[in-house]
Amino acid sequence: MGAQVVTITSGKGGVGKTTAVANLGVALAADGARVVCIDGDIGLRNLDIVMGLENRIVYDVVDVIEGRCRLRQAMIRDKRLPELFLIPAAQTRDKTAVTPSDMVRLCEELRGEVDWVLIDSPAGIERGFKNSIAAADRVLVVTNPEISAVRDADRVIGILEAEEKGTPSLIINRLNTTMVRQHDMLSAEDVLDLLAIKLIGVVPEDEGVIVGTNRGNPVALDPKSRAGQAFRNIAKRLSGQDVPLMDLDSNSSLWTRLTNLGRK
Amino acid sequence: MSDSQTLVQIKGIRDGLLVSLGNATWEELRAALMEQIETRQAFFYGARVAIDVGSQIFHVNDLSELRDALSDRGVNLWAVVSESPTTEKTAQLLGLATRVSKPRPQELVSLPAEEVGEGDAIWIGRTLRSGTRVEFPGNIVVLGDVNPGAEVVADGSILIWGRTRGSVHAGAKGNQSAVVYGLDLSAGQIRIADEGKSLSDQDGETGPAKISLQDGVLHIEVWQVNQS
Repeated sequence: MGAQVVTITSGKGGVGKTTAVANLGVALAADGARVVCIDGDIGLRNLDIVMGLENRIVYDVVDVIEGRCRLRQAMIRDKRLPELFLIPAAQTRDKTAVTPSDMVRLCEELRGEVDWVLIDSPAGIERGFKNSIAAADRVLVVTNPEISAVRDADRVIGILEAEEKGTPSLIINRLNTTMVRQHDMLSAEDVLDLLAIKLIGVVPEDEGVIVGTNRGNPVALDPKSRAGQAFRNIAKRLSGQDVPLMDLDSNSSLWTRLTNLGRK
Repeated sequence: MSDSQTLVQIKGIRDGLLVSLGNATWEELRAALMEQIETRQAFFYGARVAIDVGSQIFHVNDLSELRDALSDRGVNLWAVVSESPTTEKTAQLLGLATRVSKPRPQELVSLPAEEVGEGDAIWIGRTLRSGTRVEFPGNIVVLGDVNPGAEVVADGSILIWGRTRGSVHAGAKGNQSAVVYGLDLSAGQIRIADEGKSLSDQDGETGPAKISLQDGVLHIEVWQVNQS
């Protein structure tokens, strides 16, 4: 056996890769799995802040690769969940400090130690992205219901298919059902129509995510948060459970839902 | 130059490029390979490469260094074929394939223009995603969509059995009798020879259509089944 290595990527920046990694890590670990999150964004590290672990960093991923510390020393244990770890990125280096082979070796070492390795890919399709997908068994592509984000997701899916990483699964993040209803935002169906890959979850727009990000408290820890629930569901689907998609439209009236049906 | 070409032989296979190494030390072979790549950058950029290393023995460090060096030059090493079990094991450890015969998703073949006849076409049996470019000196048939940001360029005609939302250029070398057929061309950018047309602003005409060049102007008509 061994861990599954899952890379979260998107092409475009700012769509919620880091948020997704932090929340999926929290959700998987809360279910009792051993999880390591790796920040692949060397030079622009963020995952430590979103997970609330920034002031615990001593060693980072480049230190491990260049042999300045043991793997164990760079694994920061989460303050809430004892089975959740973070390997932070180096802030003073850049993407060329790591090669795809380094990532493969690092993940091979982690496979025996944990159940899940989640890699937070940087935006873009260059070296950092290549590093992040080198070791992946599975890739999740995050997009927003925005044409520019969807275009970049399409490009990334094409590259993943060409590199034979298999067809990735899709997370649609920050869907605003009110705007979709007013036809001001792409719907999940519109996004899927273009990308034509398997959907693993839709996360509703939620101000709580921003608050959680700033405080280092991923929303998946909050049992009342709808976005948190969406991330917990994605974590369950990752582990192979069959969880139906949330009804994001629950506060719309019966009539609008009927007209939406009629429109199809 | 002739030296590096005898040490390193490159041929196109279904899965990309196959590089066969001759008889020399690894230092010489590596230098010859890099020289080939440096001198023909455009040819190698983005290529998927398999290397046949013969009986050379590679350890993890050599092979991962080679993969990184190639990756820095935009070359994707996916397989290492070898007679040495040590090298095979090393390749497998790095997640590289050790056989090139197994079926792979199709890659774009580019044949030299002189070998392609007027009736020849290339068959693309999948959706073309953003950033993909298909270029062929004959005709092109796409079974799937052409997404925004994808490009299809043919010297002859193009048929898109799917939705066209990217850019399609028929008769790219100036052939004015080239045509574009599509199940839904309404959101694509269509060019024939030197005339371009963006259809995305137009309403209607979402059904199967044919676009041809008539008196230097692009002309769109409904593609009728019973038309002879």
